[in-house]
Amino acid sequence: MTEVVVTGLGATTPLGGDVASTWEALVAGKSGVNALEEEWAQQLPVRIAAQLAVEPSEVLPRIRLRRLDRSEQIALIAAQQAWGDAGLSDDLDRERLGVVFGSGIGGALTLLEQDDILEGTGPRRVSPYTVPMLMPNGPAAVVGLEFHAKAGVHAPTSACATSAEAISWAADMIRAGRADVAIAGGAEAVIGGLPMAGFASMKAMSTRNDEPERASRPWDRDRDGFVMGEGAGALVLERREHAEARGAKIYAVVAGSGLTSDGFDIVQPDPECNGGGRAMRAAIKQAGIDPKSVGHVNAHATSTPVGDMAEVKGVKREIGDHVVLTGTKSMTGHLLGGAGAVESIATIMAIHDGVIPPTINLENPDPELDLDVAANEARKKDLDAAMNTGFGFGGHNAAVLFTKA
Amino acid sequence: MSRDEIREGLSDILEEVAGVNPDDVADEKSFTDDLDVDSLAMVEVVVAAEEKFGVKIPDDEVANLKTVGDAVSYIEKG
Repeated sequence: MTEVVVTGLGATTPLGGDVASTWEALVAGKSGVNALEEEWAQQLPVRIAAQLAVEPSEVLPRIRLRRLDRSEQIALIAAQQAWGDAGLSDDLDRERLGVVFGSGIGGALTLLEQDDILEGTGPRRVSPYTVPMLMPNGPAAVVGLEFHAKAGVHAPTSACATSAEAISWAADMIRAGRADVAIAGGAEAVIGGLPMAGFASMKAMSTRNDEPERASRPWDRDRDGFVMGEGAGALVLERREHAEARGAKIYAVVAGSGLTSDGFDIVQPDPECNGGGRAMRAAIKQAGIDPKSVGHVNAHATSTPVGDMAEVKGVKREIGDHVVLTGTKSMTGHLLGGAGAVESIATIMAIHDGVIPPTINLENPDPELDLDVAANEARKKDLDAAMNTGFGFGGHNAAVLFTKA
Repeated sequence: MSRDEIREGLSDILEEVAGVNPDDVADEKSFTDDLDVDSLAMVEVVVAAEEKFGVKIPDDEVANLKTVGDAVSYIEKG
């Protein structure tokens, strides 16, 4: 079977403007969550979020910023980093280059901003870039255009499972022989009044407004919901022979992935994690490895009361109780459509460096937590295989399994 | 308003909405071929010019404004 390897990584997150700074902060257990000082936030029940550490305006030229939604800006920044990291040459056959890049919500901030213009000054002042800025395939299209990808540009949208799903699609694209190289990832930037009010109305978010850094606390007894974050991650996936022929550095192997759906509820997780568990099982099966060799799971673990414990059941059943879990959303917040990509990068770096980043704020573990978690401090562990999971509203489940290069 | 003043105002708009270097703006320059102002950017330029110069530039007229000089002449006529 065609083997798919990871040869480039890029990210811009609440912890850093690139992979190196993000990874360093993750291992150090730093929180990227802050109080929102903006005026629009003051009327909301939730006034905390994990905002980008480096503003896109520090990276991209002004005219590019003007024509891209914030989610597209950070998709582009992450993809540029991953492309540079992979060291692909200009003569790469673009008909063999694909892109699978998603967003959970799309250009909601653009939609709201342009609607204000429509209401305020009329239709003629609405930006001609409105549609390409708000369309949910915008991040994929912008990345595809930047690198002239011609094998196909795809945009999965499966809420918080989006970018784990994107990695799975991209690996399948290479396995199916449709591309030699694919840029996979996801981006989300919807820290704004309406999206936050919507999630807050669902009672899905933490209201620990007085202690932003302690608000995201997966598996802790006192968790009270997720903290919204913004960010993007991008991975260059490549057919192994293609990567080896050009002497590329290989971070890890995308050994398997699994995509399932719950058929259970539009937003509630299945408390038994049946669908999530089947995704994990499918990834392990495709990889053809013993579940015992999966030493670590970077869990979806959003810090919500039901979801966190459901996933523990799934992991225990499908992988076993030898595994070391972590929930890096305790530090990055929940990057929604960007989560799977950034957390897959953390999973890959854990294998690469032999270090599992901590789950911070795990002060009083939920009494039902019966798996080992790298609580509050990074854990050194030699890893042959590690998994990232992502579950999204709508009942979407994704699991991506990486193995040592 | 003189042609020079109009050209200068247009140049400010082109820089603001499309990132065009003011040194590149001259009557004979084509918006699309020389200044890289595509059809979407042109929409923004037109709306900003209407506001700045207090003129109306109908959509079917925009197609005739191929160069900076064309636009300056149109605005000059008011």
